[in-house]
Amino acid sequence: MSVIEVLSGVLLAAGALALVSGGVGLLRFPDFYTRTHAASVTDPAGAGLILIGLLLRVDAWDTAVRLLIILLFLTLTSPTATHILAHAARRDGVPMWQEGDRRR
Amino acid sequence: MSLLDHDPTGVASAQNRRRKSTVRLLRTAPLPAVFWLLLSGRYEPLTLALGTLSVAAVCWLTWRAGLAHQSLRLAFVLRLPRYFLWLSGQVLVSAYGVARKVWSPRLVLRPVVESTPAADLPELSQVVYANSITLTPGTLSLDVDEDAIKVHSLEQAGVEELRQGRMLSRARRTEARG
Repeated sequence: MSVIEVLSGVLLAAGALALVSGGVGLLRFPDFYTRTHAASVTDPAGAGLILIGLLLRVDAWDTAVRLLIILLFLTLTSPTATHILAHAARRDGVPMWQEGDRRR
Repeated sequence: MSLLDHDPTGVASAQNRRRKSTVRLLRTAPLPAVFWLLLSGRYEPLTLALGTLSVAAVCWLTWRAGLAHQSLRLAFVLRLPRYFLWLSGQVLVSAYGVARKVWSPRLVLRPVVESTPAADLPELSQVVYANSITLTPGTLSLDVDEDAIKVHSLEQAGVEELRQGRMLSRARRTEARG
């Protein structure tokens, strides 16, 4: 195994771990806003790690370009969608969890 | 009489406006067109027709959202990769922090909502800054105002870090002219 393959494997494993952490966080965190933070572990971090890991083992340049484009669009669309969701939740008065509150 | 006087200028300005918006649409079109060609890689009549349709749809949406005046500067595009690299590092570091909170046996969360200053930012930098805040796990931009951004953070430290202004100054420098 070459260095690049090992590096790619490490990145893929780290990405998978981040995805699982985000999922568990989504279940454990108490309210909408904190869950959004958990989801942002999966979305830019986990997906980004996996895409970069895949980028290291492409064999054709057009696949690499497509992966880069996916990465670019992910970093553009995911925060926009998250911001709009959080903005709407706040406008509609979704209550915010404080330390000591019960889980919702 | 006054109506007659007024009319020709009204028609002229309407024509002028239409011409201006056509020019803007033509400036918007090339980027999605090149993007479509790059991704599809097929040059048959059907795919080209579908491509033309979707480029037209994108232009219409851009115009409808009032974004046709926006254009990217070359200097900004060239500086963007460096900013992305720095931001990726930040995202990984804070993702690690949030993941640790996720796996800790007792949940210790002290979420806060506070505003962090973001004064005198050009429109594009404001978008870049607010989106960077959201991209970083642990902080989330709720509301973007003229001179401040309301941030929901998993802990006070997240807001304090934003207030130190490293991300802000980097976002500002990325769009800076000259």
